[in-house]
This record gives sequence, structure tokens and C-alpha cells, in this order.
Amino acid sequence: MSEWVHPGLLFIFGAPLIPLLGGRARKIWMILVPVLAIISVVGMTPGTFGVFEFAGITIIAGQVDKLSLVFAHVFTIMSLIGMIYALHVERFPEHVAAFLYVGSALGVVFAGDWFTLLVFWEIMAFASAYLVFASNNGSATRAGFRYLMVHITGGVLLLGGIVLHGLETGSMLFGPIAEGGGLAYTLILISFILNAAVPPLNAWLTDAYPEATVTGAVFMSAFTTKTAVYVLLRAFPGTEILIWLGAVMALYGVIYAVLENDCRRLLAYHIVSQVGYMVVGVGIGTEMAVNGSASHAFAHIIYKGLLFMGAGAVIHMTGKRLLTDMGGLYRTMPWTVVLYMVGALAISAFPLFSGFVSKSMVVAAAGEDHLAAVALLLTLASSGTFLHTGLKLPYYMFFGRDSGIEAKEPPANMLTAMGIAAVLCIAIGVFPGMLYSLLPYPVHFEPYTAAHVTGSLGILMFTALGFVLLLRQLDPERTISLDTDWFYRKGARLFMWFAEKPVALWEGAVSRLADTAVLPFLHGSARLGMKTDMNVVDACVNGVARTALAWGASLRRLQTGVVTHYAMAMVGGVVAGIAVYFVVSGG
Amino acid sequence: MIAKIVNFFGDPTYRKRRWRLFIVVLALIAGADFLVPRAHVEFFWDAIPGWAAMFGFVSCVLIIVVSKFLGHQGGLMKDEDYYE
Repeated sequence: MSEWVHPGLLFIFGAPLIPLLGGRARKIWMILVPVLAIISVVGMTPGTFGVFEFAGITIIAGQVDKLSLVFAHVFTIMSLIGMIYALHVERFPEHVAAFLYVGSALGVVFAGDWFTLLVFWEIMAFASAYLVFASNNGSATRAGFRYLMVHITGGVLLLGGIVLHGLETGSMLFGPIAEGGGLAYTLILISFILNAAVPPLNAWLTDAYPEATVTGAVFMSAFTTKTAVYVLLRAFPGTEILIWLGAVMALYGVIYAVLENDCRRLLAYHIVSQVGYMVVGVGIGTEMAVNGSASHAFAHIIYKGLLFMGAGAVIHMTGKRLLTDMGGLYRTMPWTVVLYMVGALAISAFPLFSGFVSKSMVVAAAGEDHLAAVALLLTLASSGTFLHTGLKLPYYMFFGRDSGIEAKEPPANMLTAMGIAAVLCIAIGVFPGMLYSLLPYPVHFEPYTAAHVTGSLGILMFTALGFVLLLRQLDPERTISLDTDWFYRKGARLFMWFAEKPVALWEGAVSRLADTAVLPFLHGSARLGMKTDMNVVDACVNGVARTALAWGASLRRLQTGVVTHYAMAMVGGVVAGIAVYFVVSGG
Repeated sequence: MIAKIVNFFGDPTYRKRRWRLFIVVLALIAGADFLVPRAHVEFFWDAIPGWAAMFGFVSCVLIIVVSKFLGHQGGLMKDEDYYE
């Protein structure tokens, strides 16, 4: 079939048009592209498309099968919802970044070879980072750089892993990696679980997402971690360590959510927790577990988008982001309350909502494999999910102590986007067959058994009882919580002391020597060289120089003078050095 | 309609009625768990009626107590300007 259209390229080539269009035309374009992408995905049949040779590598831009299709469906649907939510935003660079972000996430989903995957992986990191920078305040800029540095490091690890993997196997086809693949296996796995935000590599997410713009965070909540789940499902199904990492992850997010005061950071910790279920599914790796992971990713993207939209609407209308500053908004924002609560009931896996039909599949897969501890831990975490997302956050944001804030409902486009997401959360919960028919394997799972319904309601409503009885204990406090970003935020200061004292002294001595002895000699030879240069090389150099200038201009933005960024760059460089060393010595 | 429902959950004047409704719901759920058929159980606790309710309540209390302990005594919670 030659008329295959890559939905990711629709976004990527559609992005440059956004600044050129104005007013109504731009808005139509922002809706039209996601709609076209959805149509292209819905009409897609499995197969291999967009194959060509590039620099000796076979590029496969379109590897379409059931697994890539289920992610492509939800990515395109979420892009439409996110775009509707962002329609009122006048600053067009944000829309361009969102387009590139969605497009590159789709690029990863359809990538059939490692090279294509890597290219889109990197675009995704930079495009999403812009959504943090776009908040345009000091703390967001700093968080944005930390986000970028972590992802650049992850990208370097991935690059090293891919090169080694290519040398070892002689193939660049993206697929399962055999265990015992040594360093290549480890590097690729680490770069994937970094993007999935598996602790201790989770802090980039909870650090940066709450700093992103109101509309940007909605996109971020959907794409990066779920793309990581997708590539894990492809390359590492049945990797046992992921079962335990996932179970720890599910609880990790829950514990931090108790301590959190920033509403979107609380939700971000619950991304970590929910992605934990998906990672467990990857680790189990049976047909039911893979189905569970994929379906939970699908449901999660919609309800988490809805939750971020709800919290974002409050931030947009009140300018507040801390739970200690909110309360009593239910009087003036009832629609926001109801739509948010649909998302909250969905993430908590209430019967008739989407989480119920997807999360339980992962837990059932753990049961099928007789992983009693994992099943119990995941059930414990789901109590925590309802406790925070369904009870604590809405209580302190919408109800609770009246903060006296006068807020109105958000603009119609925001409510519309939330409405679409809410309808989907309920539709998936009521008609799970729709979602199940998209899954990679045939589904032999019935979520609506009487015992499962009463059991789930029991867990959830008695969690609510605990919440009501211990309410005062949960009052948010004006604090922040230490997470693993401490190591590169505080630890980097030690590194900088070293850089400023001993290293700077040495550098000073060297440069004095250079000034007095080496430089005069260099000046002399330089004059000689210049004569040759001016006549022969100049023409070529001018061209190169213009390119270098342009690069330099973009590089200059990276020089912030903030300690941690340099530290992270050093770490990235060291890792790259190690990778290169292994390639050279191994080859 | 929507505003009325939301108001029922927020307005302090309905406090008593909310509690009554909550207790009825809890009783119904706990009661129903004793009546449902359990043809297929994966783990032994799946066969115990009321297990889920107890597990949910204990989980909730544990999560709050352990997390706050880690936050306060474990030193995870810091002042807002800690990184400044």
C-alpha cells in the first residue's frame, strides 16, 4: 500500500505552518492536523511502510502492527484533546513545540529500526523541554534545563547502547533484545526506564511537569512516559527485574503524593505510580500482562490528561498552584469539579470508569503468574491512588477551607476538551470491548464479575473511610520533598567547588605559561598561515563560519551559568566517552 | 443539576446527610461482598468476604502514617526555599 501516511510527519510538517497562520486559520489548522492523524491511524492496516536506505542503514519509518496501533490511536486522540484545550493560547511557539512533540512520539511508535527511534527520541526530549521553558519564569527555566540535561544523558546512553547493539548483532531492526546482551542491553534498558520515570530515575518528571505551562503539562503527562512503556513492551517483555521495579514505582509515587502540596506535582507523582503498573506488565510479559500494560497506557493517557486539564483549569483561573492556597472553589467551578472527578474515578479504577477495565488486567496477570506480593502491592497502591487523586486533591482544591478566591469556570475550549476526555473515560469503562479489540493479543478477561466489583468498591470506599477519619493528618503543608534530583541539585555544588578551587588554580597556572611563552610563538606562525588562508581557504571557510555562528547562537542558550547544568553535561560527556571507548576497543 | 450535586458534597449544611449516605453505601458494599459468588479465586484471601474492605482501610491508614513518618522523621520534607 503506497498511500500510507505517517501521522507523526503530519504533525512535524504541519508545525511550521502554525506561525504563518493567524487567528481563526491557525485554530482550524490546530484541530485539522490531529483529526487527519486520527483518520490516518484508524484506516491503517498492519504492514511495513516507508522503507529506504540512508547512509548504509535500512530505515523503516512505518512498522505497523497491533501494538504500535493501540499507542498510535491514543496518542492521536490525546493530541486532539490537548489541542482543543490549548486553543485559547496565543503564544504560537508552544503550539509548534506541542506539534513536534506529538509528531516525534508517533515517530517512535512507528519506528522499525533503532536509528529512526533514536532521532525521534531526541526530538521528543527537546520539543517537550520547550513546554517547560515556555512558562517563562526563573524556576521553570531552571527545571527545564535540569529536564533537558537528564534527557540528553538518557539519549547518550541510548545512542551508546544502539551502536553496541548494532555491532554485536549486525542488525538495526528494532525488536526484542536478548538478555545477556551485556553493556548494550544495560544501556538501552537504562535509557528506556529513565524515560519511564522508574525510581531512582524519576525526579526529572516530578521536577519539571509542574513547572510547564498549563496547556504544555497536559501534553507532557501523555507522551514521554507512555512512549517509554511502548518501547519497553517491544524490546524488554518478560524482563523480571521490571516486575519489582514497577511494583516499587507504584508505591513510590503514592508515598510522595501524601507529602506533596503542589497540585500538579501530586498528579505527577501519580504518573510515576500508574506507569508502575505498566512496567509490572512489561516485566511479567505474558499475553495478558502485555494486554494489561497497553490498555492501561491507553486509559491512563486519557484520564491523566483530564486530571492535568482540571488542575490546569484551576491554575489558569486562580493563578494559584499550592493546595494550601486553594479551597472552596466548588461554588463557582462546579463543571470543573465534576469533570475532574470523572478523571479521578477513572484513575482510581471505579467500576464503569476506564481504569477499572485496564488496571485490573495487570493485577490479574500478576495473579495468573502467582506473584502474590506484587498483586498485594499493586492493590495497596490503588488504595493510595484514590486517597490522593480522588480524595485529598479535590478536597483541598475544591472543597475544604474556603480560601475566598473568586474564580469562574475556565474558557469553553478548556471545558470542551475536558468533556471529551471525560466521555472517553466513561465510554471505555462501560464498553471495554472497544478498547480490548485494539489490544495486541485476544482478550480472555472479564472485568465485570460480581466479586471484582464488590471487591474494588470495598477497597475504594473503605479507603474513603480512612481518609475521613484521618483527614487532619493529611492537611497539606508548605514544604517541598526531597527526591533523587537532590543529587544533581545539591551534589553538583560539591562538584563546582572542586571546579572552582583546585581546577581553576591549575588552569590559571597553565594559561599564564601560555601567555608568556607559547603565545608569541603562535602569533608568528599564525601570521604566516594567514597569508595562505586569505587567498585559498577563505571562500570555503565563510560558508562554514555562517553555519557555526548559527550553531553558536543556539549553543549560547545552553550556557546558563547554573552549576547543575554544567554538572549534568559533564556526566553526559563521561558516559558518551565510555560508550565511544567500548565501541573503539570492541570494534 | 450539576451545580446542585456538587453543592451537596460541599455545603456544610448537608454534613449530616452526607454522613448518613456514606454509611449506607459502606454497609451496602460490605454486605454485598458476603453475597457474591466466588467461583474462581487466585489467592486464598480472595475467598474471604470483606477482605477487600479491610485491606482498603488498613492500606489507607498505613500509607498516611508511613508517608508522614518518612516526611517528618525521615527528613524528606524541607522548607520551600531549600534549593534557593
